Amino acid sequence: MKRVPQIALLPDGKRLHLQDGPIDLVIEAKGSDADVRAAYEAAAGRFTGLLDELCTELAGLRQPADPAHCQLKGVVARRMHAAVAPFAADHFITPMAAVAGSVAEEILGAMLGAARLEHAYVNNGGDIALYLADGEQLTVGLMDRPDRHGLLRAMTIDADDPVRGVATSGRHGRSFSLGIADAVTVLARTASQADAAATIIANAVDLPGHPAVIRCPANELQLDSDLGARLVTRDLGALRENEIEQALRAGAGQAQQLFAAGLIEGATLRLLGETVAVGTTGTETRALPALHRNAIQDTVHV
Amino acid sequence: MTDVSTAAIGDKIRCDACPVMCYIKPGAAGACDRYANHDGELVRVDPHIVLERTVSHGGRLVPFQAGGDWDGKLVHEPSVFVTAIGAGTTYPDYKPAPFIVSSEIDGVDMVTVVTEGIFSYCGVKVKIDTDRYLGPETATVRAQGEAIGHVTTSEYGSQMLSLGGVHHLTGGSKKEGRVTCDALMDLSNCKPVELTIDGGATVVVQAGYPPIVNGVPEERMRVGCGSATIGMFAKQWQGKVDEVVVVDDHITGVLSEHQAGKLLDIPDTGIKMKGRRSTPGRYFQVAEPGTGWGGTKISDPLSVLGPFDPKEARPGLTMLMVSTTGEHAAYYELDEALRPVEKPMPLDLKLSVERIQENCEPAMCTVLFMGGAGGSLRAGVTDNPVRLTRSVKDALTRVTSGGAPVYVWPGGGITFMVDVTQMPAGAFGYVPTPALVAPIEFTLKLSDYAALGGHMDHVRPLASLSDNTETRPMPYIPGRRA
Repeated sequence: MKRVPQIALLPDGKRLHLQDGPIDLVIEAKGSDADVRAAYEAAAGRFTGLLDELCTELAGLRQPADPAHCQLKGVVARRMHAAVAPFAADHFITPMAAVAGSVAEEILGAMLGAARLEHAYVNNGGDIALYLADGEQLTVGLMDRPDRHGLLRAMTIDADDPVRGVATSGRHGRSFSLGIADAVTVLARTASQADAAATIIANAVDLPGHPAVIRCPANELQLDSDLGARLVTRDLGALRENEIEQALRAGAGQAQQLFAAGLIEGATLRLLGETVAVGTTGTETRALPALHRNAIQDTVHV
Repeated sequence: MTDVSTAAIGDKIRCDACPVMCYIKPGAAGACDRYANHDGELVRVDPHIVLERTVSHGGRLVPFQAGGDWDGKLVHEPSVFVTAIGAGTTYPDYKPAPFIVSSEIDGVDMVTVVTEGIFSYCGVKVKIDTDRYLGPETATVRAQGEAIGHVTTSEYGSQMLSLGGVHHLTGGSKKEGRVTCDALMDLSNCKPVELTIDGGATVVVQAGYPPIVNGVPEERMRVGCGSATIGMFAKQWQGKVDEVVVVDDHITGVLSEHQAGKLLDIPDTGIKMKGRRSTPGRYFQVAEPGTGWGGTKISDPLSVLGPFDPKEARPGLTMLMVSTTGEHAAYYELDEALRPVEKPMPLDLKLSVERIQENCEPAMCTVLFMGGAGGSLRAGVTDNPVRLTRSVKDALTRVTSGGAPVYVWPGGGITFMVDVTQMPAGAFGYVPTPALVAPIEFTLKLSDYAALGGHMDHVRPLASLSDNTETRPMPYIPGRRA
């Protein structure tokens, strides 16, 4: 029999949880009951078999992307490639760098094709695709380091903003990072673009050769990692203030370039308690008390 | 049926739980972080393990189960709750708690911080269902001759003892501390402990069993005070007997004088009670407290009566005397000199005594362990301890002890009470401080745990616990889930 993804409503009865293999989506749509149901059914329908579809081209998706040509067939695979292609000439990057955002976009697209919604998001492990009808807005909560109590900020994105994708990359996530950033959160026009750009910027937050940075070949940790034997960050010792600044400056420089090139709308870079912002980071930023439950519940955890 | 199997290639394995088909090295997880290679065995570390409420007996954690197909509907797997018993502790608690376990309940990432707390500020509250006099309020309670606590208030049908606490554990002699610690641990582990009360009784207390007062096992709680008993049974006595006295250390009831008797037009009998009249038909202090009739020290109930008033009384008048549990009862008729003479009890009165007995609940000892987790223990859970306290108060974090539900006292700190009979056997230990070691678990959402400064880098998946970790079912408490 066929492997079936997990499809369930979360206990709040509002959000849909889809999980299959490494893909883990939390989805919320706002609209009439019938539209929300139609959107969720479309999401579950599109999700079923999506992982198999991707895995038929897994070997190709794990190869460094060709900046000019795409041999991939699947619509999600091609979106992954398109998202990383702008970086492929200057950086090592594989389409896998945009897998989460690309899947989120695909599911959101299926939902919008089936229902008329006020707003919706598909959160794929922190890489989020957004939809906002005219006049709508969504608030995205930023938690800079999930393993520490830290600043929780909320950014409001409204329909007038070009931002429809949010992604976060860093050394604490499930995927490996070549850099040392705790978190780089990127706002971009699409989730797949945000995903790829966050990877590039997080890789750039670095102190090459610094003894406090513990690195390890990626394929020693995950045998079939698309990063091969490239050194990924495993741990980070203490850094001096000027070293933190230096690493953040390197990342911010990269982010500035992408912003100038129109590839991202904004980025927030975080390293050892220091934060640097580039471009716009939402129309409104307000600090939230860390345990202000109601406020946090209404936001999307990034 | 999806058979998730593995092909071992050297020491690495290939997972076929999904089409990604990760090769996984020993000690590592696949791309999903849901499956891992544990000593060459594919284990599910996926946080979809929930409380095993359906098993009737404690089992063992199964490291991996070949998963069935999802039905695409709401998923409710049987779930497993990890208790802190045997978790060990990290006193003085500057280190993260020994186990910080993540699992997922109903789709919400959950964290259970499992630790054994060392409670030097702890004690037990003992409720002994008996009206027998155990000793005066504030009298010292001793075990093996050492003071370990005191008698506190008497509540409905029960005598309360408060044992342990910091003054007996660490404030007295070394022996006092050790004996107190032993008694608390035994009581908490549901073992019998003999207690003697200064100026009172010797009582054997064992959680979940009847108390044994001066060598006699208590059977029943009283049905009510003497006055309440009159009220409950007045109608059943009407026409069958002229007078009823319910002997009670607190309030002795007299049928003909009691409001219930008046309403039923039961005539005066000329009875004269000793003691202090409270309101008509209700008498305080008819005798000294003791372990005899109705919690008094008497063995002859007539000793609470004065002579009958010849203006009202008549020869042949019948009288039932009974205790509040029905354990003691006697039937009398007045002779020519208006003196009560005991006679065999008529059948219908016997039935009324049995009815009193039937309405008494079995007498029981209840032991509530009470401890405060307001101190350094919290630091093993989070690097910002007060946030844990606030999180408990805000009901975001659920506290359990050995998997058993607790009552968290309002106010400062995390002071909780737990019924020791709800906890697994041998849940309590001690350290020579002396102090008790009790299990305590904090369960909260993973995101809440991160927000309160949890030791995220020490969170480990449930399946990574060794499979000799005992599991047990725990009662489901609606509304208490974190």
